[in-house]
Amino acid sequence: MNFIEARKLVHEYFRRDEEGNVEGITTALDGVDLDIEPGEFVAVLGHNGSGKSTLAKHLNVLLRASGGTLWVGGKDTLDENYLWDIRQETGMVFQNPDNQIIASVVEEDVAFGPENIGVPTDEIWKRVERSLSSVGMLKYREHSPNKLSGGQKQRVAIAGVMAMEPKCIVLDEPTAMLDPSGRKEVLEAVEALNREKGVTAIWITHYMEEAIHADKIYVMDHGRAVMKGTPREIFSQVEKLESYRLEVPQMALLAYRLKKAGLDIPAGILTKQELEEALCRLYGEIGEKHVDDIR
Amino acid sequence: MSMILDKVNYIYSPQTAYEKHALKNISLKIEDGEFIGLIGHTGSGKSTLIQHLNGLLQATSGGIYYNGRDIYEEDYNRKELRGKVGLVFQYPEHQLFESTVFADVCFGPKNLGLSRKDAELRAFSALRSAGLSEEYWYQPPFQLSGGQKRRVAIAGVLAMKPEMLILDEPTAGLDPKGRDEILGQVKAMHQELGMTILLVSHSMEDVANYVGRILVMDQGSILMDGAPKEIFKRYRELEAVGLAAPQATYLMHGLKEKGVPVDTGATTLEEAKESILQAFIEAGKFPPHTS
Repeated sequence: MNFIEARKLVHEYFRRDEEGNVEGITTALDGVDLDIEPGEFVAVLGHNGSGKSTLAKHLNVLLRASGGTLWVGGKDTLDENYLWDIRQETGMVFQNPDNQIIASVVEEDVAFGPENIGVPTDEIWKRVERSLSSVGMLKYREHSPNKLSGGQKQRVAIAGVMAMEPKCIVLDEPTAMLDPSGRKEVLEAVEALNREKGVTAIWITHYMEEAIHADKIYVMDHGRAVMKGTPREIFSQVEKLESYRLEVPQMALLAYRLKKAGLDIPAGILTKQELEEALCRLYGEIGEKHVDDIR
Repeated sequence: MSMILDKVNYIYSPQTAYEKHALKNISLKIEDGEFIGLIGHTGSGKSTLIQHLNGLLQATSGGIYYNGRDIYEEDYNRKELRGKVGLVFQYPEHQLFESTVFADVCFGPKNLGLSRKDAELRAFSALRSAGLSEEYWYQPPFQLSGGQKRRVAIAGVLAMKPEMLILDEPTAGLDPKGRDEILGQVKAMHQELGMTILLVSHSMEDVANYVGRILVMDQGSILMDGAPKEIFKRYRELEAVGLAAPQATYLMHGLKEKGVPVDTGATTLEEAKESILQAFIEAGKFPPHTS
């Protein structure tokens, strides 16, 4: 059974002028179908304004559908009765690390969520410890968040979500404001949660490299999910992605250009490792043939 | 014409518990018309350094000379300096405030004391240079996309007619196409308007693709200063300070180690492609249909 299932999901915003009169309607989501299984790591790609963030906000019912249906954890998001259940099961992490931390001590920030839903004190501290160690931030538990780096702050924000023991975590461009090492830290932390705790992860990003290890990729354009597939399937379509204002990971692009120039490179290369091996194999074969020719 | 920094030091909150030595003995010369990339991990002092270049921060010790004049001299017009050295902050679109794009871009030149007509002429050419299509000029800036808003913010700085333009991570948060468009525009401004450009970036790929010289900062000092090829050769040292070389460089090193004779100095995808093809040609079996 799917953990998240959307059928023809539509979201419309009213555009208003200065007096509050409706000027027009913007369709931010225009019939999105989504199938996400429990425990999957799903990357969502799409240009600025393609509807990624609107979609994310539907997944824990910060927004509600104007049309179509969305089930999260088997619950209909249009049913008021499930609102808090869904929000508890599906946590959300936003782009700006500074907007998500409220307490002056790391462990208190992580404790805020479970405290809010009435978890007993003993259990809260257990959860705080578990979730901080799951993102590798346990040793900072007594630190002040404002002295942490961006990547560390994001990991604290993720720990705050994990303390709610969610089944799913939605991350809306969690690395956009981080430097390369911070980006790596956060991605690795979420990959570990996904792998070790089986948390379903929805990772929204503009960095194609971050989607390489996803189980599945959705590409959004103009409020629609226009492509769906494994990283290899998606990133082998260089020109199609470019038409959606995206690109493929650097090594996939180089492989594509080499292939276009005439080198016999296999399809579906994503990483430096893969390209290096393919080129060495090719070079080795050619080398051997060359020796044969000389003989 | 140049910008010279002579042993610049800067200390935040001196003589308090929060004292931080953010710039340490920085000496540097930036020539007219250079395109420079400034890299360094978060907290290495990049932002502090660029705020010195247009006089927003004043060095605790050391001197800065712009076109031969000491900017810390009492009669030096530092307001004018801020017009000549334009600084585009991170997420500059957060600073848009006027009711139309055009009015927002006019704000700077009007503030310089220009007549309305002159300010509008400047806004006109600045929006052109920033590559914002005319259909958006009279719309409220808040309705534009992220990439478009950023162009408006860049145009606002261009309207001050800077001789030197400093951009602090101008592509953060933009989609890949938006990133290429903004950097393409910056490159065009460098070539067509002859502007000196200082680009702060976290993307080694972008730096490799666009700049002619790289400054690497670490803990408030300039750790390296040189052409991209020279800098990325030292990728082990870069890694030690939380940075890296472009992926192409790593691929080339990997190939070379495994016996494919490629140029490890390649830093861009295009250079890597050429060098790989060259290696295959020299091995005698490429292009595939000639023997």
